[in-house]
Amino acid sequence: MAASTAVLLDVKGASRSFGGLKALSEVSLHINKGELIGLIGPNGAGKTTLFNLLTGVYPPSTGKILLNNESVGGMKPFKINHKGAARTFQNIRLFTAMTVLENVKIAFHQHARHSLFSSMLRLPKHFKGEEEITQKAMDILKIFSLADQAQETAGNLSYGNQRRLEIARALAAGPKLLLLDEPAAGMNPNETRDLMNLIAWIREEFDLTILLIEHDMSLVMGVCNRIYVLDRGVLIADGTPVEIRNNPKVIEAYLGQEA
Amino acid sequence: MKKLNTKFWLGIIVALAFYGLVQVLLTIGIFNDVTRSMLLLVGVNVMLAVSLNLINGITGQFSIGHAGFMSVGAYTSAILTLDYDVPFVLAIIAGGIVAAVFGVLIGMPTLRLNGDYLAIATLGFGEIIRIVLLNTEYVGGASGLSGIPAKTTWTIIFFFTLFTVILINNFIRSTHGRACLAIRENEIAAEAMGINTTLYKVIAFTIGALFAGMAGGLSAHTFYVITPGSFNFLKSFEILVMVVLGGLGSTAGSIVGAVFVTLLYTYLREFPEWRMIIYSIVLILMMIFRPSGLLGKTKINFGKLGKKEAKGNGSIDSSTP
Ligand SMILES: Nc1ncnc2c1ncn2[C@@H]1O[C@H](COP(=O)(O)OP(=O)(O)O)[C@@H](O)[C@H]1O
Ligand SMILES: [Mg+2]
Repeated sequence: MAASTAVLLDVKGASRSFGGLKALSEVSLHINKGELIGLIGPNGAGKTTLFNLLTGVYPPSTGKILLNNESVGGMKPFKINHKGAARTFQNIRLFTAMTVLENVKIAFHQHARHSLFSSMLRLPKHFKGEEEITQKAMDILKIFSLADQAQETAGNLSYGNQRRLEIARALAAGPKLLLLDEPAAGMNPNETRDLMNLIAWIREEFDLTILLIEHDMSLVMGVCNRIYVLDRGVLIADGTPVEIRNNPKVIEAYLGQEA
Repeated sequence: MKKLNTKFWLGIIVALAFYGLVQVLLTIGIFNDVTRSMLLLVGVNVMLAVSLNLINGITGQFSIGHAGFMSVGAYTSAILTLDYDVPFVLAIIAGGIVAAVFGVLIGMPTLRLNGDYLAIATLGFGEIIRIVLLNTEYVGGASGLSGIPAKTTWTIIFFFTLFTVILINNFIRSTHGRACLAIRENEIAAEAMGINTTLYKVIAFTIGALFAGMAGGLSAHTFYVITPGSFNFLKSFEILVMVVLGGLGSTAGSIVGAVFVTLLYTYLREFPEWRMIIYSIVLILMMIFRPSGLLGKTKINFGKLGKKEAKGNGSIDSSTP
């Protein structure tokens, strides 16, 4: 796996403006299959905006996004998800009134083989299809230690568990590329450590490529192969954690934020 | 799965027993005319409420033009039985299908709109249909169509209603219905998890229109006469009241709401102006004391109506992703 250098995601000069604000300018980056990449930068740097471009929430103003050599810039979000990129949201977006199990089942919908008609007429195919979805969804919940709460309403989960459920749901879509937007935000140090271990584990287990946003630099240092640094919409550095830690531009960007 | 089937068949048995009981009472002849037509109207209204609930309650798309689909089905089936001698049940189904085609055509452009804009667009659609009918000589203009054979019997209405409830409930309780629920819960997340939200909105709209069209056909064949005025905005509003009263998103609630509104309608038919006042008062009281409706947050479950679901409270959300 480590030897594989095929590029999974290739972003070429992507820009995005909102009115007069240039949220991203000419961002180019690439992620190889199997890598765990960190994307860091101060608040408002444009990290979430990049995720929104990658997942089709809005199209890039200019530039190209290639997923598995296929241009996905401007494609609808559900199509990009089918192509193999799934994400979580910085502001948790669960289906709060649905159960934990149903939340995960939604991501399996695209793999369902029973048609609308077989469901409405309750043909054998419906029962087989639903059974399969339930099985697979429960398997994912077990990995995230959420199986006991499968029938709980998602909105009633603790904050940490809601974050974990969002990752479980993204994983259920069967992605090649998993995009995590500040998955540890609001968690205590213990929860954060557990989560980072879990992320490292699912990456091996599911043969995933992961792009992880985090604005706390120290958190990603330990787990990431490489790190990209955004500041005010511009990519200011990329390299190994050690290189990033000693990069004067990065230090300045982060100090500038505190000043 | 086994358990679910048992419950389902138990529900069917209860429903059939109810059907048989009413049928016996009808045969004995203890119901007066008013009660008899009320029984038929209950069926029509249940079909309308359950189908609108799929669009408004389950998929979260605020549509207030349901009477428009009803009128398409009513006029189509009436013309088929009056002018073309098409067998009654086939004419009803054809009315539903034509209404569904309208559902697709109206849904594709309008379902891109959100909230208020969608409501205005669907309201506009209902009014346009009404005005077109009003000005079409072939369908009798303002005086409408009359002499429609009164072929809607208790047996017909019961089985159409039963099938409507079963088919829509089957839809809701499947991966396809969950896709619609996910749109209501969080459209951006649904789309990001691979749900073609536009497609599923159109599907919900189309299925809703299909059954509203059949309900329209059945009502046309109950009352001998249809006029464009029978399908005006107030009718759409009345269907909405049934759904909201019962609890948005609850099939069982929609049924209860439809029964309640039909009772009000029947016993206040001499005082139509009071009806609207009472609807409004009931709605206001409900928003104060029971904002989720009579059976809000409940799933219909034949044999075990009104299973409670906990209400979410840990929502962490904002408008931009
Ligand atoms: N939909 C939007 N409309 C207008 N401005 C936006 C929108 N999304 C993001 N922005 C702006 O773009 C900049 C980058 O935001 P964001 O990508 O959320 O930063 P980060 O995730 O790095 O904290 C911010 O100034 C933000 O206000
Ligand atoms: Mg962000």
